[in-house]
Amino acid sequence: MAGRFGWPARLAPRPGESPRDGGDGGDANENRAFGPNQRSTELPIVKLMDLSASFVVDRAGLDRLLGAMTARGYRTIGPVVRDGAVVQRQVSSTDELPQGWHDEQAPGHYRLHHDDDPSLFAWAVGPGSPKSEFYPARSLVWRASSADEVVTLEQPQEDSTPVALIGPRPCELAGLRVLDRVFAGGEVPDPHYRDRRASSFVVVAECGTPAGTCFCTSMGTGPGVADGVEVGYDLALTELKSSNEPQYLVRVGSERGAEVVEEMGGSPAAPADFAARDAVLDEAARRIERKLDASNVRQLLADNLGHPRWDDVASRCLACGNCTLVCPTCFCGGVSDATTVGGVVERHRQWNSCFDLAHSLVHTGPVRATTWSRYRQWLTHKLSTWHDQFGTSGCVGCGRCITWCPVGIDITAEVAAIAASDGAVPVYIESGGDRS
Amino acid sequence: MSTSTVVSRPTIAVWKFSSCDGCQLSLLDCEDELLGVVGAVQISEFKELTRTVVEGPYDVSFVEGSITTADDVERIRAIRQASSMLVTIGACATSGGIQALRNYADVGEFTTAVYAHPEYISTLAQSTGIADHVRVDFELRGCPIDRYQLLEVITATLSGRKPVIPGHTVCQQCKGRGTVCVMVAHGTPCLGPVTKTGCGALCPAVDRGCYGCFGPSDSANTSSLARQLIALGTSRVDVSRLFRTFNAGAPAFREESLRNDSPETGG
Repeated sequence: MAGRFGWPARLAPRPGESPRDGGDGGDANENRAFGPNQRSTELPIVKLMDLSASFVVDRAGLDRLLGAMTARGYRTIGPVVRDGAVVQRQVSSTDELPQGWHDEQAPGHYRLHHDDDPSLFAWAVGPGSPKSEFYPARSLVWRASSADEVVTLEQPQEDSTPVALIGPRPCELAGLRVLDRVFAGGEVPDPHYRDRRASSFVVVAECGTPAGTCFCTSMGTGPGVADGVEVGYDLALTELKSSNEPQYLVRVGSERGAEVVEEMGGSPAAPADFAARDAVLDEAARRIERKLDASNVRQLLADNLGHPRWDDVASRCLACGNCTLVCPTCFCGGVSDATTVGGVVERHRQWNSCFDLAHSLVHTGPVRATTWSRYRQWLTHKLSTWHDQFGTSGCVGCGRCITWCPVGIDITAEVAAIAASDGAVPVYIESGGDRS
Repeated sequence: MSTSTVVSRPTIAVWKFSSCDGCQLSLLDCEDELLGVVGAVQISEFKELTRTVVEGPYDVSFVEGSITTADDVERIRAIRQASSMLVTIGACATSGGIQALRNYADVGEFTTAVYAHPEYISTLAQSTGIADHVRVDFELRGCPIDRYQLLEVITATLSGRKPVIPGHTVCQQCKGRGTVCVMVAHGTPCLGPVTKTGCGALCPAVDRGCYGCFGPSDSANTSSLARQLIALGTSRVDVSRLFRTFNAGAPAFREESLRNDSPETGG
């Protein structure tokens, strides 16, 4: 199916081609990007704009940004506090943003607290991610009905309102670049994802307040974002602390961003503003203590498919699927058909999880009947075979799977445990229907 | 009854054992779809709907309630014999229901304490699910069942396909509808990570922990969840109680409740 947008013809490696060839950003430590926002190179450049121009705005400038996006017909999705967490909702004013809210995150633990801090972005990522904007949890694929022996097939009218993401973090932007490869990078792109994503506008907010579960520095995805159109943002914000109201350094990452920034009413950024940004990012990076050795994890996991640690983690793993559902890059889904008494048939597509027993169900039973085989599948795919399949790691170091695991299983600790006893004697796999 | 006018409509019967009738009433709650369903089937036995009774055999029997008397045991065997397909509906029929709390106690003590003339009470020592007695073709969980799952079983059966009833956890439904995790973000004890979905994740959506109405999920790791609940401050006895409600007789929940039923025990 032809899309409305011309996307990079091919983002994934071809058969026989090493996914690490070609400097495609597959190295987790390389803060480079790929993906749909290469669109800026495909649009006709009507006037020469200085993408390196940067501005400083105050909070009123952010409100003008929201107004400018709304006026252009975008649905503006930004962070709000609901039910004790920072989540994404439609916002029309900075009054709705989480001013003065701060989070406390640890394995299996998330709490918010509030003070009189005027900052709007002094928190780390919550349970939601931009994934759900482009790949909804459940959607109708088609509906069929029959009358007088004529079958009518209809596809739902999709909401074509483009979305403007206000304030996703660099790790979330990295997550979108990973998803872009999954859904839009292959030879058969997903038209729903591709079209929604191609029409989106991204205002990334660099991270000055990482959580205790973050490890973006290990994965090369934060706390800041590099300059350049290939990174995939239209505008990049950095919240700069000051003695009173925070100021926002605004960098431009696309032609469309350059257009919008003119309406934000800022003043040109000075070297001192960039020094202030450096201080914010340095401090954020310094606070990130959690680490994952991304340099050898791909091979480490491939070499340890029978490691006793898989059994150990299975004794704790609930197989509830929370890690996969909060992950900004987990993309598994399923389709199911439903009939009604009236003869209408509907096909829905919904999120699924590799921790679900039915996920690996084939005609003679589930391929991965045990929890250890499912956890192993998830972790090895995320950190190892994802490279083979898509040319990158599937992990962006956001830490959601650690925070939102009800029993606090820590992906970095599991990798470290395997690394500490690399090559440990494989467990005896008892017969139990598990043929993985 | 003559089948000359209704030859193609499958016959359906709804049976009650020890239960509150809530699950079979879920069918009557299908207000928008009820007429369509009734038009597509022939109701042979459904006392909450009609006093008309048509003799078996039945294409599909829906069975509500648990087996608690010797008479029940005989009756469910007869129903099984007369039914091509037998679907159990609700926690009572699938795991013995709330009345399976008797399985942890001496039922003789109960009858003596409650009834003036306990000698008139004829009951079994245990409340058990239907599958403990006869072959069951499909189980619908829940206290009560979800009416849309019931409709799914009916419409799937009518069109000769397998019902799409997921076996995964309540968590997956919470995440799908965007509910913030009450356990991680609020510290509320929740059985969602070990409970089968089907309710629509109702309780967490109103800031309550899951009560486990739909019983254990396909791969429930109850002991890991119990360890975490205890670490978060729930007492061992309260953990035992959490697992000992509507699905007290479901094996995974029963084992976990026994592991924690006194402050000294535990696993």
